[in-house]
Amino acid sequence: MKKVASLIILVFILTSLFAGCVSDSKSSNYQFSIGMVTDTGGINDQSFNTSAWEGLQSLSEDTGAKISYIESKQTTDYTTNLDSFADQNCDLVWAIGFSMSDSILNASKSNPDIKYAIVDNSYGENTPDNVTGVMFRSEETAFLVGYIAGKTTKTDKVGFVGGIEGNIIRQFEYGYRAGVDYAAKELGKNIKTDIQYIETFSDATKAKATTSKMMFDGCDIVFHAAGGAGVGVIEAAKEANKFAIGVDRDQAYLAPNNVLTSAIKNVGEAVKLVSQSMMLGEDISGKTMVYGLKDGCIGIPENNPNLSLEVYENVLEIQQKIMDGDIIPPDTKEAYNTYKSIL
Amino acid sequence: MQLIIKILRKPITSTIIAILCGFFVASIILSLAGYNSIQTINVMFNGVFSRPKSIANVIIKSTPIILTGLSVAFAFKTGLFNIGAEGQYIMGTIFAVIMGIQFDFVPYIQVPLVIFSGMIAGALYGGIVGLLKSKFGIHEVITSIMLNWIALYMSNFIANTSVFHKPNTTGTYVINESSFTQVLYKWKTSRAGIAYLKNNSFLSDILLRTDLNYGIIIAIVLAIFISFFLLKTTKGFELRAVGLNNHASEFAGIDVKKNILHSMLIAGALSGLAGALTITGMSPHNISTISVFEGNGLNGLSVALIANSSPIGCIFAGLLFSGLIYGGQSVQSEVGVPSEIINIMIGTIVFFVALTRLIPQLANVFEKKVGKKNAN
Repeated sequence: MKKVASLIILVFILTSLFAGCVSDSKSSNYQFSIGMVTDTGGINDQSFNTSAWEGLQSLSEDTGAKISYIESKQTTDYTTNLDSFADQNCDLVWAIGFSMSDSILNASKSNPDIKYAIVDNSYGENTPDNVTGVMFRSEETAFLVGYIAGKTTKTDKVGFVGGIEGNIIRQFEYGYRAGVDYAAKELGKNIKTDIQYIETFSDATKAKATTSKMMFDGCDIVFHAAGGAGVGVIEAAKEANKFAIGVDRDQAYLAPNNVLTSAIKNVGEAVKLVSQSMMLGEDISGKTMVYGLKDGCIGIPENNPNLSLEVYENVLEIQQKIMDGDIIPPDTKEAYNTYKSIL
Repeated sequence: MQLIIKILRKPITSTIIAILCGFFVASIILSLAGYNSIQTINVMFNGVFSRPKSIANVIIKSTPIILTGLSVAFAFKTGLFNIGAEGQYIMGTIFAVIMGIQFDFVPYIQVPLVIFSGMIAGALYGGIVGLLKSKFGIHEVITSIMLNWIALYMSNFIANTSVFHKPNTTGTYVINESSFTQVLYKWKTSRAGIAYLKNNSFLSDILLRTDLNYGIIIAIVLAIFISFFLLKTTKGFELRAVGLNNHASEFAGIDVKKNILHSMLIAGALSGLAGALTITGMSPHNISTISVFEGNGLNGLSVALIANSSPIGCIFAGLLFSGLIYGGQSVQSEVGVPSEIINIMIGTIVFFVALTRLIPQLANVFEKKVGKKNAN
């Protein structure tokens, strides 16, 4: 009996000891608070969730905004996670990824006082007054890497591995194809582009198998826009000792000798920009913000050790042309067909 | 002393002590990871109990795991380890989505149609396992693990088939509204409903801001029914007899093979029902491409374990588990603890609950001591 009693007392003493470990500091100043709900990829997806959180962290360091996140384990979590940030009276709630588009619509309806922002989704004309859509002109960076691929290929055959078909991934596909065509025209030769969709954003094994097959069939450079599954594309390139082109972030660290370059889509930067404008009180709700090369949210990395200097210089020229509006990379099939007919 | 021994012998005491031990060890882990454990556990409890809405959410999220837990517990009573609850659950969601998109009848035909098709899909999927076990003696754990993966990829296939795939998303279309099982769905989204609810904060909290649905009623009724079925009917007796000793049952004239098949059919139906109710009762009312199991079936294993395979116990175990998951999410947003640590915390609590059998033994130790004293 004594033992039990002493055990219970021990429990209380120990737990009360731990209570002192972390002291929470409460400042009286008003803090702008931002909540972020990840999609089912989770915070460590090494892709856009990670990037978005990095953006918010950097914002918090600069401005002292209060930030927090919740990971969604299942799609049924979206509603409850968005709702719990509404309970905490966040000023701004971020939804990372278009899979939350319907949930955001519902949440914005029941919490008109809270501002919402969603990455990779545009509601167009029907954007609610308290929602901001964030889109990227990914076709611009895809065009650049397509151009690089066209200029670098030795087999005159390059590849593209997409995740699940949809407007976002099509921007990458057609931008890339147009870039390859542009390079082919410059070089005066014919370059074939092999397009494959793997119907997943997370199955790296499938991506690897698909890429290996493409490389076996003669592609020496494969670009991927397949989110987390893209790791498989880079692995396949490493095994075949050919080149892969990364996406979203500079993925060279995954295979330093086999990643030619990356089509950077800096979600974090855009998240930071939008949050900053909101903090400053700018009225950007009810709109869709589109970020491109000019805003520094997309582009290619500065250091590309596997890229020849000549090609890199050419790319910088192309980049300038895109920024000046001399080249308009296509983002849809129709735009691509028009582009091709006048090339 | 005698009283303490008596209390310790009660199964409920063991469970409560186990949960407390779990929280204690979890708090040590949290402190080691550098978080304030008291605050964290406090936030967790607040996240669950602070508002009617959060309690409603715990109940909503518990529905699928109560049912999959029931499925596992039921199969376990027949001596089968239904690790395939996950696959049966997924089959339930797939067929509920297919029927929900393809048909659009009036609710009182549509809802049963959608739910029963999910249930039948789950039952047949469980039935495959039962058939293989009873006809060829193939172990149910192996077949059902394989079938889980088949179900996962089948779900991804359906999510990407052009008939069901919603363009520019990773999932299917949303099922027709006539199949929704949320409480008063039509009324609460209508203008009159919203206007009325605005003046009633309690109702608007649990109705407007959650997906409160009728699933929990079905889950509770079924748990009671399964309990009655196992304990009070001939069929239930046969199933339990097979679970306790299949050789003895066969000798007594019970058809063991048939009972294994029946048990898997019923267990599959329960998991399939869980899937169908998730689709009809919770947004986003569709399926998406997934790469890993969502865990509703696998959590059912833990629920059945905590409940010690008692059907009624599954209700409470399901609520506990769902509370831990839901509370864990508020821990993440408010304290910033990474989900890995939260999962360790939940795992620890479940681990201790699984060790509950040690508590009655503690009672034996006490009894011996008392006995010795008395002898002296």
